[in-house]
Amino acid sequence: MPATEDLTTKTRLFAALTILSNVAGNSFLTYGMQRLGDVGNSPLALIGALFHPYVALGVVLLIVWTLTHMALLSWADLSYVMPVTALSYVVTALAARIFLGEVVSPARWIGIVLVTAGVTLVGRTAASTLEGKPQ
Amino acid sequence: MKWVLVAILVCATTVGDVFRSLGMRQHGEIHDFRPGAIGSALGMVARNYYVIISTCAMAVSFFSFMKLVSIAPMSFAVPMSAAAFIPETLFARLLLKEAVDWKRWTGVALILAGVVFITQ
Repeated sequence: MPATEDLTTKTRLFAALTILSNVAGNSFLTYGMQRLGDVGNSPLALIGALFHPYVALGVVLLIVWTLTHMALLSWADLSYVMPVTALSYVVTALAARIFLGEVVSPARWIGIVLVTAGVTLVGRTAASTLEGKPQ
Repeated sequence: MKWVLVAILVCATTVGDVFRSLGMRQHGEIHDFRPGAIGSALGMVARNYYVIISTCAMAVSFFSFMKLVSIAPMSFAVPMSAAAFIPETLFARLLLKEAVDWKRWTGVALILAGVVFITQ
């Protein structure tokens, strides 16, 4: 397999992992925080909220997201990674509707189409523009 | 309160992402995904100043997000954080010297327009 094709497969795999762990993490975090209710604004209260089981599960998944995102950034441009992983906004809206019972308005669905179009456009550009020029 | 949290979230995310990218580029591409090699890479990355700054900024970003989802719907809070795309793309071009062509600019503009609709 050519090196560039190999890099593209690896980039797509890590982009998919990044999206899935982000959506699942945010969903559990939101569910947990909404179940907890108002915890106040102090940093200690927010740290305490981390011990709620659903919040903790959300945090673990967001740690997975952070690690896959960091790995992806070690070979791909930030201006490529950032919008491609924005596909998670679309999946998040679906998760909010299906799992959290949030009302997603028609305007939000239009937004989802625009985000998808933007992501598709960015995905058609090279993953790294800095080949052979380590910073 | 909601918009104060959004402002903190966007600023902290921008600082976190830009410094994370700088730090990971200094480290170089990760090729080996065996647990030992990942641990070793994490150890090296944890001593990188850019990554340390990024981690602190991400902590601020995370706690502001945590508070935001407790007072606003996830379908508002999550897309709202995409407002960071604009300063991040500018920094990617100016600071990280990435070649951001018209396709990427258009893509980012479409994503931003989408985010505006999503927040309605």
